[in-house]
Amino acid sequence: MKRYNIRIAGVGGQGVVTSAHILGNAMSAAGKYATLVPFFGSEKRMAPVEAYVRVSDQPIYEVGEVVYPNVIMIYHPQVITHGKSYTMPFYSGLKENGLVIINTDVDIIPEEDWAILKELNTRVYMFPATKLALDIAGTELATNMAMIGLFFGITRLVGFEHIEQAVRERFLGNTFVASGGTTALDSAIEKKFKKKMELLEKNMQVIKEAFRIAEERGWVEEEALTA
Amino acid sequence: MPEQKVVDADWLLLEAPRERKFITGAQAMAEAVKRANVDIAIAYPITPQSEVMHLVGDIWAQGYLKDYYRAEEEYGAMSAIAGAVRGGARAFSATSGPGLLRGIEAIASWPGHRIPAVLGVLTRVVNAPLSIQPDNVEIAYLLHCGMVVLHAENQQDVFDFTLASFVISEKVDVYIPIAVCTEGFFVTHAKGYVNMTPEDMKLPPRDPYKAPVPPTDCEIPPARIQRDAPVQKSNFMSYLIHAVWQQEVWASNRRAMKYIYKYLGGPIEVVNPDAEVFIVASGCAAAQGREAVRYAQLEGLNVGLVKVKSIRPFPEREIREVLSKAKAVIVPEHNIVGWLAKEVKASIPDNDKVIGGPRVYGGMTLPVELIMEKVYEAFGIKKEKKVVV
Repeated sequence: MKRYNIRIAGVGGQGVVTSAHILGNAMSAAGKYATLVPFFGSEKRMAPVEAYVRVSDQPIYEVGEVVYPNVIMIYHPQVITHGKSYTMPFYSGLKENGLVIINTDVDIIPEEDWAILKELNTRVYMFPATKLALDIAGTELATNMAMIGLFFGITRLVGFEHIEQAVRERFLGNTFVASGGTTALDSAIEKKFKKKMELLEKNMQVIKEAFRIAEERGWVEEEALTA
Repeated sequence: MPEQKVVDADWLLLEAPRERKFITGAQAMAEAVKRANVDIAIAYPITPQSEVMHLVGDIWAQGYLKDYYRAEEEYGAMSAIAGAVRGGARAFSATSGPGLLRGIEAIASWPGHRIPAVLGVLTRVVNAPLSIQPDNVEIAYLLHCGMVVLHAENQQDVFDFTLASFVISEKVDVYIPIAVCTEGFFVTHAKGYVNMTPEDMKLPPRDPYKAPVPPTDCEIPPARIQRDAPVQKSNFMSYLIHAVWQQEVWASNRRAMKYIYKYLGGPIEVVNPDAEVFIVASGCAAAQGREAVRYAQLEGLNVGLVKVKSIRPFPEREIREVLSKAKAVIVPEHNIVGWLAKEVKASIPDNDKVIGGPRVYGGMTLPVELIMEKVYEAFGIKKEKKVVV
């Protein structure tokens, strides 16, 4: 693999930034490299949010927002249909031979944009991530998990176990101690822990299903990018 | 906090075992302070620096520093640093953009007062319209103060430069302050791998008697020139004292170079010394330059990088040597004035080969693709641009 410069665009509340962290941590768990762009804007629910991740099997030096991505992930159809994006059009800066993954049930790309994406030799994967999240986890909050599941399902940059490690770290942290003191405290912690474990389990099921979909539809491309 | 053992400075900087941590640039600076046996830190908050002095406050609370306080504002903070150092303490402060400019009257007087302090400069837009983003034009204001100015590319540099600066600034033949600069947010708030010396080891304490002019009393300089300023003498005495004093400050600045070689591996780092086209960059722009070298390699173009670590003293001779055979020189910068391009142009004889830029300002990101456009220009390559921006 060479370098994947990823721009994730979604709306506030979808866990865009959280999943960027999970994506980076999964690379790290696999012994590879990832960098995230620190976030210093102000965000609110349903307003545009972007996150940037660079991943590679070689050290990464570059800093700053990804202005010229070779992977774009669109977490919400409104990024395209309502222009809820920092940059318009949604593929602004996209390099040739790149990947675009869009969470949508139907084709929402206008004809003139399709022409440009084809000119850039872009592979576009449209996929109902929110529907998958609702069907499997019972909450649309798992949309972000479906998206990173599909990204890794396509690119196979890391193994399923590395994603699991990253998701586990996100939900449980590294330092969870089940026995903290009094019995009452123990039971409170256990209850919280149980809930977290359930969440973790559901998230992993969504990711697994996204992996399966990538395979079933013949989308797997292990050497997706070479520059 | 662990019991800290005093170890030999050279051994700590050059040979001590190191442990790899994944931390932010702000953490890296505080971790260096933790190992530097600092007596006092004086803070005044400003974004993006606040993180650094907050973390230094934390390590003071843990017992690593003897004293710490928040000053009234930057002029007060930087003046108090001078007082603390004059009193024999090892002192640290950090600031950003407008805070640096507010403190700069005091800071500019540190070298003349022979104040070996270390100042973190975490860059931020200084001019209107107001912004907190990492433009680095403020470094230009530091270049003529007489202090040593280092520019860190990443979190590792921040740690290494900060820790070494305490040692270099207190060398008897240097004895002037050092600014360790790096870009705000891009480095201060982003995480990177940093190889750090053990937490339970620290530098030897400052020995204030090991000074070019020991502060024995107020009858001899540098204390005397503050109490009994030359301006109170005749004009001719004033000219003379100021002239010899500033000559000595700048000579001290140049003498810092040998320690920059010893502790930081030299004032520049060269990637691909036989390149046809060179990118000369400092700070974060050097990181982007590294990536441009990689992009160029993929396209079969012979491009190299000169990373400038020390802006003062400026490595004129070293840069002249590396660039002697270069066909073109590209100087990417995070500011509108192009202060590094000017330094480079002043250092080489055939400076019409210097392409100033690309420059981004207002703290925006510096895409590698912008540097590549200049690379193509240098090689006379015309590219059809398909990307929609």
